[in-house]
Amino acid sequence: MIINHPLLGPRDAAEFVYLGDAALIDRPDWQAAEAAEAFHAYGYLRDNPAGAHQELWYHEQGDRSWLVVTRDTVSHEITQVELARDVARARGRSR
Amino acid sequence: MRYSAFKILREGLTGNKGWTPVWRDPDPKPEYDIVIIGGGGHGLATAYYLAKEFGLRNIAVLEKGWIGSGNVGRNTTIIRSNYMLPGNEPFYEMSLKLWEGLEQDFNYNAMVSQRSILNLFHSDAQRDAFVRRANAMFLAGADAELADADQLRAELPFLDFDNARFPIKGGLFQRRGGTVRHDAVAWGYARGAGSRGVDIIQNCEVTGFDIENGKCRGVETTRGAIRARKVAVCVAGSSGRVMALAGMRLPIESHVLQAFVTEGLKPVLPGVITFGAGHFYVSQSDKGGLVFGGDIDGYNSYAQRGNLPVVEDVAEGGMAIMPMIGRARLLRSWGGIMDMSMDGSPFIDRTHIDGLYFNGGWCYGGFKATPASGLCYAHLLAKDAPHPVATEMRLDRFARGHLIDEKGMGNQPNLH
Repeated sequence: MIINHPLLGPRDAAEFVYLGDAALIDRPDWQAAEAAEAFHAYGYLRDNPAGAHQELWYHEQGDRSWLVVTRDTVSHEITQVELARDVARARGRSR
Repeated sequence: MRYSAFKILREGLTGNKGWTPVWRDPDPKPEYDIVIIGGGGHGLATAYYLAKEFGLRNIAVLEKGWIGSGNVGRNTTIIRSNYMLPGNEPFYEMSLKLWEGLEQDFNYNAMVSQRSILNLFHSDAQRDAFVRRANAMFLAGADAELADADQLRAELPFLDFDNARFPIKGGLFQRRGGTVRHDAVAWGYARGAGSRGVDIIQNCEVTGFDIENGKCRGVETTRGAIRARKVAVCVAGSSGRVMALAGMRLPIESHVLQAFVTEGLKPVLPGVITFGAGHFYVSQSDKGGLVFGGDIDGYNSYAQRGNLPVVEDVAEGGMAIMPMIGRARLLRSWGGIMDMSMDGSPFIDRTHIDGLYFNGGWCYGGFKATPASGLCYAHLLAKDAPHPVATEMRLDRFARGHLIDEKGMGNQPNLH
């Protein structure tokens, strides 16, 4: 697979480390009343779709940036690659 | 029909006209006591043990394609019980004991061959870890045998003992481990279940569940609605997809694992050998091909094919322990979809929906578990209580903090 890095252009997927579903960006509020349930779901439950999947890849052998890659889990086709920083900010995470 | 050497002789002399189909091909009935979704090894084994051990006959096994078309026909056929944790080891040891009596039990030649499995170690620390594992195996009644490098040099002279990076210091044998003819396992269980009245319904895809007021009352399929008192999902690899139809999220990611086979060679490998410093395992089939595999590709996938970097990685693992493998030409490679669970261990459990049961999360170790998985799942379905060796394989173990994490990797499915 080739991941089209937003800053570096097309790079071999072997340069990256895979973490998992990009929902991991949305860390629950630890002070909320139902925090224990929310963290169980956050840590252990996954949508695991057959089809479009947003996922986190880390460019370990490159610029060490985290990417959100939108990839089809049936065809392996990659349709969108964004910097995870931009995605997190757009969702109101980070600063 | 009972198979025997006498039967083969008689059919051979009378033109082989007396053989009958190995299982029936019925149309689905509108209602069953138990519907099992998934006609793979585990689903067919579950139906077989429900009929044989628990006397339940009004059962259907629904299969989307043809039986055995999934992972039971795609694995590297290894059986073993060299696990460590108490939630796992008694279960896998029971499975190995069932393998040992399986062919007599279901009267079918599954070519169970206890040709041994050897896990190599490459450092003192790894030897210590293997000694600990061997002791855990003894506690569950399994066999284990530590071998030093001298013993291995005599037994397996072709290994690269003096590898500069990962010298081989010895290995842990389980002599009762080995290989099995994987398709024959599906066929044997199908025959055993079918002859006891279980309906095996192929080309029948489940498209939805009939759930009302928190109770599952049946399934919708491409061949019509089927009502059932109990619905047993057994579709490892596709668990995420099927359970999504019931609105459930699982502690599972689907990943692709590749496997490889070379051209046929003269006998070179006496048993199964695994690399201790990377991920590589190899055995030789009775046809002579070297059958081997390694790591999963490492990203979510429902495609039954993998990518080239892992092919290279697996080949490097092979070259690191037995350089002679470099002279063999690769004949085929293929991929299968694994239910990679959050702690690397499986589930055999009820769900929060009444009448809906779940079996899955086998990671890439489901084949060796087939008999015990079938027996334990049948026990759960028949008695609504877990089998004593499968009490920890619960869906809620993460919420309770009782993980069964053999490798100590945490909730990172692609590392188990």
